[in-house]
Amino acid sequence: MLDGLRRHPTLVFIALGILLAVLPFLTGATLGNSWVRVLDFVLLYIILALGLNIVVGYAGLLDLGYVAFYALGAYLYAWLASPHFGIHLPFWAVLPLGAALAGLFGVLLGAPTLRLRGDYLAIVTLGFGEIIRIFMNNLDHPVNVTNGPQGINQIDPVSLGGFAFAGRHEVLGMTITGPYFYYYLFLAFTLASIFIAMRLQHSRIGRAWAAIREDEVAAAAMGINTRNVKLLAFAMGAAFGGLAGGLFASFQGFISPESFNLWESILILCMIVLGGMGHIPGVILGAILLTVLPEALRYIGDWQRAALGHVVVDPNDLRMLVFGLALVLMMIYRPAGMIPSRQRKREFAAEDGVAEQEQASLYDTKA
Amino acid sequence: MLTVRNVSKRFGGLAALEGVSLDVEKGHIYGLIGPNGAGKTTLFNCMTGLYGVTSGEIHLDSAPIHNRKPHHIVHQGFARTFQNIRLFANMTALENVMVGRHPRTHAGVLGAILRGPHTRAEERQIHDRSLELMDFVGLARKGRTLAGHLAYGDQRRLEIARALATEPKLLALDEPVAGMNPTERRQMADLFLRLRETGITLLLIEHDVKLVMGLCDRVAVLDYGRKIAEGAPESVQRDPAVIEAYLGGAE
Repeated sequence: MLDGLRRHPTLVFIALGILLAVLPFLTGATLGNSWVRVLDFVLLYIILALGLNIVVGYAGLLDLGYVAFYALGAYLYAWLASPHFGIHLPFWAVLPLGAALAGLFGVLLGAPTLRLRGDYLAIVTLGFGEIIRIFMNNLDHPVNVTNGPQGINQIDPVSLGGFAFAGRHEVLGMTITGPYFYYYLFLAFTLASIFIAMRLQHSRIGRAWAAIREDEVAAAAMGINTRNVKLLAFAMGAAFGGLAGGLFASFQGFISPESFNLWESILILCMIVLGGMGHIPGVILGAILLTVLPEALRYIGDWQRAALGHVVVDPNDLRMLVFGLALVLMMIYRPAGMIPSRQRKREFAAEDGVAEQEQASLYDTKA
Repeated sequence: MLTVRNVSKRFGGLAALEGVSLDVEKGHIYGLIGPNGAGKTTLFNCMTGLYGVTSGEIHLDSAPIHNRKPHHIVHQGFARTFQNIRLFANMTALENVMVGRHPRTHAGVLGAILRGPHTRAEERQIHDRSLELMDFVGLARKGRTLAGHLAYGDQRRLEIARALATEPKLLALDEPVAGMNPTERRQMADLFLRLRETGITLLLIEHDVKLVMGLCDRVAVLDYGRKIAEGAPESVQRDPAVIEAYLGGAE
């Protein structure tokens, strides 16, 4: 079956294209319109996970404050396209600015942490993420920049040539709401992000990142300017985060510091780890699973109410439990992720002292 | 080509190198020998920018390279291998060599994303040159093998190919035949001679005295961080200080 698909890549592409094109309508018709919003978030998280994957998966720099760049992108969008400052720039002008600002902050975070590795880097980046959130929480005085914990609302929706991506529109006799339009916008950005992430991985820069991840001293001895190349990884990853932040702000119409807490950083990191670090299909799968799963778990609350009359286990608590369980199971059965890159698989196989073939057959039986 | 002037290196109270001076001439194979702990690898690390020097100067073709960053020194045309092999173990052999092309190529982020004709030509050139170098060191058919899965001797050869990819005029090899059998040693010695023919100057740390004496144009002996002798292999071999410190202990 899989072999058959591999022999006809064009067919697979066309089928996938059609599926992606009709997906929101399929979802809306079967699961309800609220799931179209979930689809939008899936795409948003794919962009975020791909960005963090550049820093963590490609260059091997553990970053626990990634959500800070997401926040920066979102706040810049809110500042430049809402009544808060009375500025209303179009989205195509604000989004690149958000990505650039986040990229700049990526370098600002990267520069002082260049000497740090592993756990130490994780702690500092974690602190950076919190600093940005706390700033956003408190910058409502003396000058009201962020409106504090209340956040900024009435953010402009994306509009193209006077056509706003919000509210209801009649298209070909159908009533279509904002999430449907955003789906296609986000899909375009997601596909572009996948394309960029792939191109970067298989390039001179991508090889330099991999070399640094493998052995920084040897990478330097190969003439790689490890400082610049690491900063570049931080900047590129952060730019993806800033872009996603801008998209998020316009989609939600409202942002507050609450949306950018540590849990978000950990969630995005989990997507990468669960799916398969450094491997784009794995990262995408991780983002899909960890976005859809919590939404699906909400039904458990409804079932409890229907069966028992009240909620015994809060689905939100269950979410943590299931996440934990999923991670533990993964560490036992697929330590390199659900769809690992061949390279990651080898790293884990080598560390365990298990022959590669043995490990490969292990994966086959479990898959 | 390479001038080391009065280089000292201290780690806290420990003097690893004390006033070492060397002159490596272009086109030579220059041997650096000495007992374990004599400071040979420390000197290599100072030359290639891994360590700063405590005092003294190092020049490559009259450009100062002491206390410069490793990548800067590689750009100047000075590459090295490591005593404890440091390959990118989870990358393929070919990818390892392709990484070595980094300082001689230019594609940046935009080039990578757009992959225009210029970038594609550069990638092709990186790929082809890396294959050539694999062939040169005798690993022609091992390109797709993981570096970490290569046999020990092949890993040493791959490290040399990777270093050659940076287009060095001076190549420093830290115990390149350690752990090899006599046949492999002969092949390596042959490789060094071929390298010298291509115009690359070699700097060699080695324990195998016979190999050093047979191969090197000039030899320096380190002992306890000091240079105790330098000269043609035959004269160094007869030097009483050397026999006392090194050869005497070994034979």
